[in-house]
Amino acid sequence: MTSEVVDNDKRRFLTQTATVIGAAGAGLAAIPFIYSMRPSARAEALGAPVEVDISKLEPGQLVRVLWRGKPVWVLRRPEEALTLLPKLDNQLLDPRSEDSVQPDSSRNPHRSIKPGVFVALGVCTHLGCSPSYRPEVAPADLGADWQGGFFCPCHGSRFDLAGRVYKGVPAPSNLEIPPYRYVSDARIVIGEGDKG
Amino acid sequence: MANEKTKAFLAWLDARLPVIAFWESQLTRYYVPKNFNLLYFFGSLALLVLVNQILTGIFLAMHYKPDALLAFDSVEYIMRDVQWGWLLRYMHSVGASMFFIVIYLHMFRGIFYGSFKQPRELLWLFGMVIFLLLMAEAFMGYLLPWGQMSYWGAQVIISLFGAIPVIGEDLATWIRGDFVVADATLNRFFALHVIAVPLAILMLVVLHLAALRTVGSGNPDGIDIKKLKDASGIPLDGIPFHPYYTVKDLVAVGIFLFLFAFMVFYHPEGGGYFLEAPNFEPANPLKTPEHIQPVWYFTPFYSILRAIPSKLGGVLAMGLSIVLLFFLPWLDRCPVRSVRYRGYEFKIALALFVVSFIGLGILGGKPVTPDNTFWARVFSLGYFGFFLLMPWYSQREVTLPLPERLRAPVLPLEEREGWFWQTLARLWRSIQASEAYRSTCVWMEATWQRIQAWLCLQLQRLWIQINQRLSASDKYQSLRAWLKTVRGKQE
Repeated sequence: MTSEVVDNDKRRFLTQTATVIGAAGAGLAAIPFIYSMRPSARAEALGAPVEVDISKLEPGQLVRVLWRGKPVWVLRRPEEALTLLPKLDNQLLDPRSEDSVQPDSSRNPHRSIKPGVFVALGVCTHLGCSPSYRPEVAPADLGADWQGGFFCPCHGSRFDLAGRVYKGVPAPSNLEIPPYRYVSDARIVIGEGDKG
Repeated sequence: MANEKTKAFLAWLDARLPVIAFWESQLTRYYVPKNFNLLYFFGSLALLVLVNQILTGIFLAMHYKPDALLAFDSVEYIMRDVQWGWLLRYMHSVGASMFFIVIYLHMFRGIFYGSFKQPRELLWLFGMVIFLLLMAEAFMGYLLPWGQMSYWGAQVIISLFGAIPVIGEDLATWIRGDFVVADATLNRFFALHVIAVPLAILMLVVLHLAALRTVGSGNPDGIDIKKLKDASGIPLDGIPFHPYYTVKDLVAVGIFLFLFAFMVFYHPEGGGYFLEAPNFEPANPLKTPEHIQPVWYFTPFYSILRAIPSKLGGVLAMGLSIVLLFFLPWLDRCPVRSVRYRGYEFKIALALFVVSFIGLGILGGKPVTPDNTFWARVFSLGYFGFFLLMPWYSQREVTLPLPERLRAPVLPLEEREGWFWQTLARLWRSIQASEAYRSTCVWMEATWQRIQAWLCLQLQRLWIQINQRLSASDKYQSLRAWLKTVRGKQE
C-alpha cells in the first residue's frame, strides 16, 4: 500500500534534522573531554597561604617563596629606594597603578602595606617569566639610566622597586601584588588578605 | 621456482588489495620532471627524519616518565643507564633540529621555484599545516626533559595565549591544566607529543603526498611538463619516480646521514643550539634563567614577538608572520612560477626576506639590548614587507619568456641572462685562462689521486683486520664448520 512517489522535501528535512541533532550530540559529547583538561580539583585546592618570617631580612635583601606554584618576592627596601620612587613617575606607564592588580591595602604610592617591605608576584605581566632582581644603579648591561629594580631577561621588560612598569617595554601593566597580611611585625602570610 | 611462487603470491594479494596499482600510481608510473636539483631533495629527507623521530621516540617513551618529579631524572637515566639510551636521545634531539633545517629548505624551494602557485595551492596549504603541527610537536617535546629552558619556554609560549582579549587567561589555564606550568602540563604535553600530534602529522603527510600525485611535482623551470606528451601519453620531460628519483634520493640520504651522524656523535648539543645549557638544570619555578631563548628554529618568530613593545601587538605580529605564509599563493600575482624567469623585483624581495629571516633568527638568540631591538625591528619590516608588498611588486614584474622544454637542473653561467650573471661568466672565463688556475687543477688532480690511494690502503687494512679477528674467534670457526656440514648434507 506504500506510495511509489518519493517525497524529496521530507527526505531532505529528515537528513538535515538528523545532521543537526548528530552535530549537537557530538558537541555535547566533546564537553567532558574539554573540561577534563581544566585544572583538576586537586590543583584548585593547592592554593594554601604561605607564612614568611621577615625579621631576618636585611635592607636590600629579597627572598623568593612559592605560592600556588608561582614565585612571590618579599623585599626589604632601603630608605633611599623609597625616596626615589616618586621621582620615576614620568618614566612609568602606570605610575598610580590604576590599571594594575593589587589588593586595596597596597593601593598606594609605594604599593605595599608597610613602605619598607615590598611583596609582589614575581611573574612578569608580559609572558610570565620571573624578572631578575637588579638593585644596582647603572650596571653596564642595563644602561646609565637604570635606578635599580626588576629586569625581565625574556623580553626586556623593566620595573622599578615598587614593581611599576616602565614605558616602552612589552609588559602591559605593573607586577601583580598578591593578597597578604601581617600576623605580627616579623611574620606575614601570603595568600590571605586582611579580611581573609 | 621461488620466482613463480612470489608471482603467485603477488597475484593472490593483488586480487584482494590493489598493491600493484598503488605501487605503479605512486612510484613507477608517477612521472616527475627530469631536471630536479639539490633543492628537491628535502621532501624525501623530511620523510626520513620523520621516520627517525617516530622510531627513536617510541623507544625513548619506553624509559621516559612524564611526571614533574621524575621526568628530569628519567632523561638522565636514559643518558647514563639505559643501554644505547644516549644514542636514541641524541638521535631524537638532533633529529628535531635537522627536521627544521630540512623543512625550512623545503619551504624555501617552494618559494624559490614557485611550487606553491596554481595548481599547487592545496599542496602548499597541507604543507603549511604540517609545519604548524611540527612547531607544536617540537615545542611540546622540548618541555618533556623538564629542564629550566623547557619550563620557562613553555611558560612564555603558553602565556602568549593569555594576550588574547577576554578569553585569553582562561584559555592559557585550560592549556596548562593548572595555574602555572606544572605536572598536569607535562603529562598532557607528553600525551599530545607522542600520540595526537604525530598522528595528525602522518595523516597530513598522506594528504600532502596525495595532493602532490594529483597535481604533479613542480620543477626548476616552473613549466607544466604535462603539456608535451609522447604517443603513449607519457610527458616528454618526465621520468618515473622509481627507480630514477628513489635512487637519486638515496645519494642525498647518504650525504644527509653522514652529516646527521657527525652531529649526533661529535656535536649532539649543536654548540648549545640544539640542546641549550640551562636545560641541563632541573626546572625551577622560582627563577628564570639569565638568558632565556627558544631553540634556534623558533628564534625568527620569537624575535618578531620581542621587537614589538606591546603584549597583544607582539603576539599578533608573531601569529601574522606565520599566517601570512598560508596566503602566499594568493599574495603572489605573478603568473611565472620559477625565479629563473621572474623580474628583479621578486629576486631582490626574496633576497631581503632571506636576510631578514636569518637576521631575526640570530637576534632571537641574543639578549635584549636597544641595538638588537632596533635591528629586530628593521628585519621584521623586511619579513613583513616581503609578503605585504607582494601583491604590488609581483604585478609589475617584467618576466622572461618561458622555455618549451625543461632546461638543466642548474643553469650553466653562459646560459644565464642579466648583467650580474654575465659579469660572473666573464670573470670565470678569465680565471680559467690564467696559469694559476691550470696549476691548481693539476695539484687538485694529484691530491685526489693521493686521497684515493690512501682510502684504498685503509680499506685493505680494515679488511685484513676483520679477517684476522674473525679467524681468531671460536664462534666464527664453529659457524664455518656448521655451514660445511649443512652443505655436505645438501649435496
